[in-house]
Amino acid sequence: MTAPAASATPPGALGRGLGVAGRSARAGLARLLASKKALFGAVVVLLLIAMGLLAPVIAPGNPLAVVAPQNLPPSAHHLLGTTGQGNDVFAQVVWGTRNSLAVGFVTGFAIAFLGVALGLSAAYFGGWADNLLSLLMNIFLVIPGLPLLVVMAAFLPRSTLSVSLVLAIAGWAVSARVIRSQALSVVRRDYISAATVIGERPLRIILAEVLPNLSSLIASVLFGAIGYGIGSLAALQFLGLGDLSAVSWGTILYWAQNNSALLQGTWWQFIPAGACLALTCAAISMLNFAIDEVTNPRLRTIRERRTRLASRALRRRRGEQRQEEQHAA
Amino acid sequence: MRYLLTRLGFYLVALWGSLTINFLLPRLAPGDPASSLLSRMTGQMTPAQLNSIRLIYGVDTHASLLSEYGTYLGQLAHGNLGISTSYFPTPVSTVIASAIWWTVLLGGVSLVIGFAAGAGLGILVAWRRATLVDSLVTPSTVFLASVPYFWLATAAVFILGIKLNWLPVSHSYNIDLLPAFSWPFIGDVALHAVLPVATIVAVSVGNWLIVMRSTMISVLSEDYITMAIAKGLSPLRIALNYGARNALLPVTTTAGVAVGFIVSGALLTEVVFSYSGVGYLLFTAVEGLDYPLIQGLLLIITVGVLAANLLVDGIYVLLDPRVRRS
Repeated sequence: MTAPAASATPPGALGRGLGVAGRSARAGLARLLASKKALFGAVVVLLLIAMGLLAPVIAPGNPLAVVAPQNLPPSAHHLLGTTGQGNDVFAQVVWGTRNSLAVGFVTGFAIAFLGVALGLSAAYFGGWADNLLSLLMNIFLVIPGLPLLVVMAAFLPRSTLSVSLVLAIAGWAVSARVIRSQALSVVRRDYISAATVIGERPLRIILAEVLPNLSSLIASVLFGAIGYGIGSLAALQFLGLGDLSAVSWGTILYWAQNNSALLQGTWWQFIPAGACLALTCAAISMLNFAIDEVTNPRLRTIRERRTRLASRALRRRRGEQRQEEQHAA
Repeated sequence: MRYLLTRLGFYLVALWGSLTINFLLPRLAPGDPASSLLSRMTGQMTPAQLNSIRLIYGVDTHASLLSEYGTYLGQLAHGNLGISTSYFPTPVSTVIASAIWWTVLLGGVSLVIGFAAGAGLGILVAWRRATLVDSLVTPSTVFLASVPYFWLATAAVFILGIKLNWLPVSHSYNIDLLPAFSWPFIGDVALHAVLPVATIVAVSVGNWLIVMRSTMISVLSEDYITMAIAKGLSPLRIALNYGARNALLPVTTTAGVAVGFIVSGALLTEVVFSYSGVGYLLFTAVEGLDYPLIQGLLLIITVGVLAANLLVDGIYVLLDPRVRRS
């Protein structure tokens, strides 16, 4: 298409373009909802969020209260037994959901925000801005994450917020790089050049033209970052580097280790919190897996393609039948 | 060669970046760790040693940040990492040297086994995609990969070590044995490494598998694979010589990232198993607020990971002639 023709495009064309994008997004969402992996992930995450929110209802009272003798095995009275300090393990696991998920979500959103902001600016502005940001990303990528986290956590105050901050600083580079490489291919498309020629402001182009095309990637980056936040927080707390007065899955495991729960054979002190952690992280990676399959056609399983082929064949056969009926009539 | 030189340049910049982070961290910390360290150590250190700590942390000196930075880099250039406070008066470099080979052993063995198992399984599930094998192996390794390292290690210690008493659960060798280059000692070290290595492999296998599976799937949709099938080559030959060989190339580039991942995993595994490597040392240093040791360890770990990445780049150049030519 020549330039004058492009400038002569009626204003409605842009809206139609967006309409197509919206339809494909809706189709993607429908496919996502049909995926068993996504369903499993979403249900588990929603149940855990509900558990965290409803903690005062499910396990009333202070989870740090000493309610029973120490190291009791699970019983009808204390569903998951008691800790080495005589706290109820069930109450701690339920209340611990709050701290673990909250830090995970705060960290996840912070990382997704940093990743989108820095990755997109690197891709859109290019030149020295891209060089500088890419260098920064690559440096943070090769510096080993957990040792850096441990050292930062050792020097900084141990509040929940500062731990989230530390996690975001150590983890932003992965998401920024992923977003940058995908955004680079979007930025080079013709309609972006068209928008620039029309005279749209950079911020509007980034927000309205580039960002919607990255939505599935941003969702997967967000989920990945939440999983990273929850897992790393637990690891830090397990090492005794978090806010140890807070009740969370990581601190439960820390106190269990401190109480040498393993040697004493008091398995109920570390199995439940660890299982919750594993379940959360698995649910989040299932969600990511499903998003990946929906957005990356190459990874879509053959089974799905087979069913689509089968249903198309069925439709054709029905059509033929209908024609035959019409002929008969 | 040119490629390797640019990579080397990048790693030098990365090294400088991590040195700077290392320099700035204790200065940004609000609690002023250095003053508390100095007040604890005043009776034990010689004035020269105290002065060197002041320089490293920038306490009580009227020098500007920039000149402190210069002194800090100068000390590092001489290999001076300071004196450990928890192993006083042993220099930090000596303390680290005694631990580092255990981590290299643990990480190296886990990396090789994890790569072999993950890539092998990845080839299998990509070749038999959407069959029973794929739908069993892929989700279970992904689940294992999402299980927190330290918790899996804890569970393994509990079940295999304590309940069944099959394997030793702590330290890198039996303390009753004297370290020597003899069969009983090597056998004992190997036995002590089984559980730590197995847990790291269990959680890292999934990452290799996913990368291998998706690159293998895209390679398998290439035309030359269709051609190979049309020629009537045996499936095994197509899968290994045509598919896997080409799919392995991009997978090696993720090995650099995997090294960092293994180091992080080894840190936690060493803590769970009280394995005497740098991870366990870092943990005890943080517990004992041994700041010179903490900083020295972060530096050594970073240098190690950067060196491993450079090695991976070198291997990549050897494997891919296209990189050599450009």
